[in-house]
Amino acid sequence: MTLSHRTANGPGKRSDFDRKTVKAEARKTLISFSIELVVYALLVVAYFFLVLHFLGDWLAHLDKQHIRLYALVSIALIIGQAVVLESVTTFLLRLLRGRSE
Amino acid sequence: MITLLAMHFPISGTDINAAYLVVIGFLIGILGGFFGVGGSFIAGPALRAVGMHWNYAVGTDLAHIVGKSVVAAKRHRALGNVDLRLGFIMALGTIAGAECGAQLIQLLKRRGDVDFVVSVISIVIYCSISSFMIWESWKTMRLQKKRARGKKSRSKKDISSFSGVTKAIQRIPLWPIISLPTSGVKISLWVIVVVSFIGGLFSGFLGGGAGYIRMPMMVYVLGIPTHLAVGTDLFEIIISASYGTFSHAIKGNVDILVALVMNTGAAVGAQIGAILTQYFAGPKIRLLFVPLPLIGAAVVIYTLFTGQKL
Repeated sequence: MTLSHRTANGPGKRSDFDRKTVKAEARKTLISFSIELVVYALLVVAYFFLVLHFLGDWLAHLDKQHIRLYALVSIALIIGQAVVLESVTTFLLRLLRGRSE
Repeated sequence: MITLLAMHFPISGTDINAAYLVVIGFLIGILGGFFGVGGSFIAGPALRAVGMHWNYAVGTDLAHIVGKSVVAAKRHRALGNVDLRLGFIMALGTIAGAECGAQLIQLLKRRGDVDFVVSVISIVIYCSISSFMIWESWKTMRLQKKRARGKKSRSKKDISSFSGVTKAIQRIPLWPIISLPTSGVKISLWVIVVVSFIGGLFSGFLGGGAGYIRMPMMVYVLGIPTHLAVGTDLFEIIISASYGTFSHAIKGNVDILVALVMNTGAAVGAQIGAILTQYFAGPKIRLLFVPLPLIGAAVVIYTLFTGQKL
């Protein structure tokens, strides 16, 4: 929508309507992002206590007893967590903004 | 809340506040998503500052880089900024280079002057990259302004003042010539291998992911558009940093729990950084990149004069 107005007014020229639309869009993004951060923070805190707390001792044991397995599990965990977190943040963003990023 | 988040990490035997790790991860995530760098120059000192041993700081940082790069590369891929073919070729060269860099360090260790040689070389390289990028991006932006005034329209193509040299490199007739349709480049395979090998060499020699040298080389030597260079570098880092993480983990240098906590912050930061690249033209991203190698140089100078590793 913003793009078509910009094109209609010519490059480099922005009407008051354009400026208001951009400001409203920026405000909406900021509010959505703040809510996303709060929801995400709660999920992360729960994750720390529920998952990492129980994983800690098992991983420490692996590190001492089966170092090669520990190395493989480490890579699997960090990649797996990254994929899940990316999906969670994208989902939250879509849910809060009501459209895809 | 802050006290509540103080966690004990049994693998490295350290007590670190989880909120601190999340914030550090978040900041490095933004830098990584925007510039395609690993951010070791921040992560290493940040982990050392809370009492983690140097060997754990290096290995854990590499593991965290893998996670952050997965998030940022996925986002860049969605934006069409990843050249998979180029990424796979570069990963091979990087791994080979990293091994040679590590051997070079061992050689210098035996001679006994490793710290001084590595420090001086890194300072010269960091400062040269920054100076060159200031000159090139400034010149390109002035050229863009002139063109825009003349044609009354803005070109979306990623132009560079160094493109003459880049084109000459792309014309090197060394078989096999490979086509990279995503990047819009045809170039000898050996040029890509040499570029990635040099990146890997510096990674093994100076530590970290060496994105500060690889990303500029992809733009200026291979002629890859800046946005694609950032995304492809991140994809390539996933492979090479995974190899590095495995290598460090079997030497007992990785506390994966610390990396996992850092990664929760980096997941958000990397997405923000990747999305931000959409709002900046290539030369501006390159100009904003300039302080990163200088921060690296400052860290090395501090270490050289105080004898303390940050």
